[in-house]
Amino acid sequence: MQTVKMVVTGPFSAGKTQFIQSVSEIDVVSTERKISSEEERSVKSSTTVAMDFGRITVDEDLVLYLFGTPGQKRFDFMWEILSEGMLGFIVMVDSTRPETFREARSILETFRAYAPTPFVVAANKQDAEDAWELEDVRHALRLDSKTKLLPCVAIDRNTVKTVLLELLYSILKEMDSGK
Amino acid sequence: MALRGNLRDITMTQLLNLVHLASKTGTLVVDGVSEQAYISFRDGKLAYARVGKDDGSLASVLHKANKISANQYRAIVDRAGQMTDKELGLILINAGYVSQEDILLNLQGYFTDVVRRLFSWVEGIFRFESEMLPPEGRINVRLDLENIIMEGSRQLRELEQLQDEIPSLDMALVFTNRPRTNVNLSVEEWKVVKFVDPKNTMRQIAGANKLNDLEIRKIVYGLLQAGLVEMARPAGAIVQPNPKQFPTKNKEEQKSLINKLIGRIRSM
Repeated sequence: MQTVKMVVTGPFSAGKTQFIQSVSEIDVVSTERKISSEEERSVKSSTTVAMDFGRITVDEDLVLYLFGTPGQKRFDFMWEILSEGMLGFIVMVDSTRPETFREARSILETFRAYAPTPFVVAANKQDAEDAWELEDVRHALRLDSKTKLLPCVAIDRNTVKTVLLELLYSILKEMDSGK
Repeated sequence: MALRGNLRDITMTQLLNLVHLASKTGTLVVDGVSEQAYISFRDGKLAYARVGKDDGSLASVLHKANKISANQYRAIVDRAGQMTDKELGLILINAGYVSQEDILLNLQGYFTDVVRRLFSWVEGIFRFESEMLPPEGRINVRLDLENIIMEGSRQLRELEQLQDEIPSLDMALVFTNRPRTNVNLSVEEWKVVKFVDPKNTMRQIAGANKLNDLEIRKIVYGLLQAGLVEMARPAGAIVQPNPKQFPTKNKEEQKSLINKLIGRIRSM
């Protein structure tokens, strides 16, 4: 059995767990805990403290694992461990919470420093009324025009599939270019 | 229990706070990455400080502050011999070169600067030697630590924010495709800009310019905000082989594996 993995990262409450849940064929193995901080509790009631773990079986010989990182900064020691051996990574950002953009940019730069693997940025909650326009998110995250910034709704399987496919196309393109 | 540890676990600000609250007397010795610092206290007040190769002598402090010329400094070093700083200070005051206030203000400024430099040290082994006092013959001051601690806390917050913006100094800088044209750069920024090259990491640029982590991050942050540069992986960097990434080393098999994944996800 061959296994490969991709990492889904991003700030606290960006929608990483939901993203994996939408495409995983197994119930996501989630290491969630109730939130103690008042400020964070106002956003959601539990959070991932170690990792989320989802699976997509391709055939009897090949399985793709999706790992979601804990979003809170105090668990960032887990990030490098989870990033080891990844095919690529997805940075999730909540389009309705601009206060998290700076952190998303920091996480993106941290993962880029870990490994020279392809990545895409998924702007989640694009269906929400107060979601930022994609181009505005691009500017806020200081992404260059070559970086793929994709609209996403983590509870909508189709948009999640598109994000995963775009990352795989980027991986393929990089292999073709011989990098 | 000996007061010793690593600045990674206890910040310089916390250490100063502890010395201040406990009214400690002694010397804090910090072994940084490339330099060693000595900071002495009497009854919880800053008395003396020196860092690296700087001897913290009165002559060198006054020379750095342009209170005495380079020739005068050399003459003092050559002729003063075993003279203590107190004796030297008296001679300079009597000769009318400096006033007593000049001496005290410059020493206070110098010692405070040394402590400020230590605020940007994030790595370093420290120990507090309660038996160790400032070298004999050096002039001591009595500076309250409260303001220095406040300043250190602000600097620490600034460093944390800059670390969020620029998490790794092992990335390189490249010029953006469309840089703004009306950007005025300071001398320090020019010094960094001239090294902007995909081959140079920010850490190497800092080393070439003798900048510490906080200083290089501050300058790079300004350049990023001005839209002049962006971060990139260093060109020619040795990419660590990652055998776990693909279960096979064969390039064609790797591509076939990715195509299989694409097919599977499309069909979901």
